[in-house]
Amino acid sequence: MLMTGVNAQKYFTRSGQISFFSSTSMEDIEAHNKTVTAIFDSKSGAIQFSVTMKSFHFEKALMQEHFNENYVESDKFPKATFKGAIDGASEIDFSKNGTHTASVKGKLTIHGVTQEITTTVTFTIKGDVVTGETKIKVNPEDYGIEIPGVVREKIAKELEITIVMNFKEKK
Amino acid sequence: MTRKLLLLGVVLSFSFMATAQDDMDMLDELGEDSTLTEYATASYKSSRIINSISLENTAEGVLDLRISHRFGTLNSGADEFFGLDNANTRIGFDYGVTPWLMIGIGRSTYEKAYDGSFKVKLLKQSTGAKNMPVSLQFFSSVMINSLKAANPAQDLFTSRMGYTFQVLLGRKFSKNMTIQFMPTLVHRNFVETKAESNDVIVLGIGGRQKFSRRAAITYEFHYVLPNQLAPQYVDYSFSVGVDIETGGHVFQLFLTNSAGMNEQQFLTQNTGDWAKGDIRIGFNISRVFTVKKPK
Repeated sequence: MLMTGVNAQKYFTRSGQISFFSSTSMEDIEAHNKTVTAIFDSKSGAIQFSVTMKSFHFEKALMQEHFNENYVESDKFPKATFKGAIDGASEIDFSKNGTHTASVKGKLTIHGVTQEITTTVTFTIKGDVVTGETKIKVNPEDYGIEIPGVVREKIAKELEITIVMNFKEKK
Repeated sequence: MTRKLLLLGVVLSFSFMATAQDDMDMLDELGEDSTLTEYATASYKSSRIINSISLENTAEGVLDLRISHRFGTLNSGADEFFGLDNANTRIGFDYGVTPWLMIGIGRSTYEKAYDGSFKVKLLKQSTGAKNMPVSLQFFSSVMINSLKAANPAQDLFTSRMGYTFQVLLGRKFSKNMTIQFMPTLVHRNFVETKAESNDVIVLGIGGRQKFSRRAAITYEFHYVLPNQLAPQYVDYSFSVGVDIETGGHVFQLFLTNSAGMNEQQFLTQNTGDWAKGDIRIGFNISRVFTVKKPK
């Protein structure tokens, strides 16, 4: 029993993708990050990911600069992190091809503020790749990100965040 | 029975602790991605400190429209509305060709001068896999004044031209503070008198200090080395001001002793002296447009 933790199967990626999208009548904001680091333990269900804020790419360079300098203050808070657990991970056989859905619950920290979130993740196993996909909704103001009155109408109250991670077994 | 249960409890709690320990360390197991290099960005809010070029380039595919005003001197009195009645204007465009090359054109009302320029980034400040403590850049511009010649017989086109060569060496020390050095060489093809050198060497220092997320104090000081300019010209250019950023615009408001807005004019043709109150209010407005979207 002591050995349970040490022998667990871990899956990881350094190229996880997180995109967020905000649509208002005034402006569409879209950004993509393709270098998310994530790891999960298939026996305990523990899952974590870490996002470097400066690696979100926008079409407009100035938007990217404002995102980092004025909104998420990436010099002060360089990474966003998630620490949580996959519900029922031990019941999923990650070594066999197939599709499973599971609830993932945990703490999401952005801009130094932590919130509990719950989401449904679809795990697709094909060969030696485990793909985890989910969508979550985030309200920037819940994380202490100030949106000045002047641009309030340009940013949606809730941002749609899409997460796609292709995990490989950590040998 | 109780002892067995107790033992079970202890063993179980140990394995529980092992798992909890794993949770904390999972990301640490992976470690930092050692191939990532983080480049210093947003050292300034705009491609100009006040008059001088800053370490920031206009991003690739982005066009920056710049409108600059320098008013008359504050000591010209209430009649001239403290200088506001007179204004020199420059309209210019800067364009980011690649992440390391920026080109620009502009035209000033002062001397009806056209200017063209380019700036290349040679070294980029970064941390991580590649460590570079400073940014090193090279800037060059050409100015052509299009005033009607006093003596048409002596009007050589090349006499209207001057070139500026400048090295920018600077560092973003923190998210709020950037400082840069600007040794500069200005070459004037034609000078009025023997007292004037065709080649003028100037040493400059400038920087910015952010005091809020969207505003910063900016300053620059250039000193012309002795025995290069005729006595009627002042040997320095000093400007201090505030940058305010809103959405797509950057507003720069400042005080300066320089009337001109291209390098040759504000480095080698100054006649105003702060000590005498020859201080001008000036402003720059910069608006960026994304012309070419990144792939």
